[in-house]
Amino acid sequence: MSDSDPTALERFLNGILPENPIYRQLLGMCPTLAVTGAMKPAVTMAAATAFVLVSANLIVSLIRGLLKPHLRILVFTLTIATFVTIADKALAAYLYQMSKQLGPYVPLIIVNCIIISRCEICASKQSVGVALADALGMSLGFALGLASIATVREILGSGTWFGLPVLPSGWHGWGIMVLPPGAFLTLGLLLGAAEWLGQRRAARATGKA
Amino acid sequence: METFVLLIQIFIAAALINNFVLHYFVGVCPFLGVSRRVDTAFGMGCAVTFVMTVASLLSWTFTYFILRPGAPLPAWVWSRISGRSDVVVDLSVLSYIMYIFVIAASVQFVEMYVRKFFPPLYKAFGVFLPLITTNCAILFACLLIMKNLQDPTALWGLGESLTMAVGGGLGFTLAITLMAGIREELAMCDVPKPLEGAGIALVVAGTLAMAFMGFTGVDKSVAEALAKALH
Repeated sequence: MSDSDPTALERFLNGILPENPIYRQLLGMCPTLAVTGAMKPAVTMAAATAFVLVSANLIVSLIRGLLKPHLRILVFTLTIATFVTIADKALAAYLYQMSKQLGPYVPLIIVNCIIISRCEICASKQSVGVALADALGMSLGFALGLASIATVREILGSGTWFGLPVLPSGWHGWGIMVLPPGAFLTLGLLLGAAEWLGQRRAARATGKA
Repeated sequence: METFVLLIQIFIAAALINNFVLHYFVGVCPFLGVSRRVDTAFGMGCAVTFVMTVASLLSWTFTYFILRPGAPLPAWVWSRISGRSDVVVDLSVLSYIMYIFVIAASVQFVEMYVRKFFPPLYKAFGVFLPLITTNCAILFACLLIMKNLQDPTALWGLGESLTMAVGGGLGFTLAITLMAGIREELAMCDVPKPLEGAGIALVVAGTLAMAFMGFTGVDKSVAEALAKALH
């Protein structure tokens, strides 16, 4: 391992904000848009993705000495598919209603680019500890991203947060926010807001210097 | 005749109402990534439609004969091994792994076939073909077929599955081409700086999704009109 490889702490912190999978890398758009109509499915989805990401990163990091370059993507995908099957069956067994509501989006974790990209970028090159920290950081970043979108959509769309009413009862709910177009609009505007904050901070930094 | 009407209904539902990108959000990555120019967007759409049809054909076959609960092939093998024929074998736990294999294999085969027999098309598809392996729209089509094969009331035949795949693929092509057309025009517009790139693309996608919501119910009306005309 060369000295330039990021350490565990750097990997962990990187995943949360500087390389946030949703706002910075635009990965995993499918669950980001599909399950963020309310907080509960969003949090469940984030947990399931975190389980798969951590497990897949650990396994890939453990077998990284055995990987053949031309077969590695296939090995990654099969590892991920196995853990997704476990997560899917566990959800169906313990949270049946939620598993019905999430429907095909749980199996679609298999093709979530976040997981494959972490296996490729980090786990297949670095030790188990770093891979674990990387997976945890990325999962946390993903969960924060999902939660931010779901908060906006649930509060505006149904006036609730985690099912608890937060807006006065006169609020009828902004129907479009919980429907598909609301997902695209919310994510687009939140991306714009994140970009605006980043640009302003950069401008201030150069102004001071 | 009833089957024909049902097929039309499935086709319209998959292509317009439940558009894969704008309603189910599958395939958003290429939808945002490869929609800067109309011709590449159209090429990507065609490649996806092609692979989706092949993968659906294969995954229907595997699901029907091997993976669904009570499928014939494992039951036959089991009866050969144990001599009992009253056991229902359910291999659906293997579905996801099987589908990933099927998709990876069909992308590989399509690539080889196109390179051998249609070299100009191969050049046009270029890098898109391998990218399709991780396109969630294809896996989503396989999962839809699985769902409709495990539900005994809606046991889909090969015809229904292929219609859904072709409809879904064409719907994807329509959405990504429309998107590329709008983005070509947007390139000359004065977009607020922070929204440039992905931000404005998502807002445009939201507007497109709103427009597609207008198709709700078209499948039923067309089916009713067809049924009336045919009787």
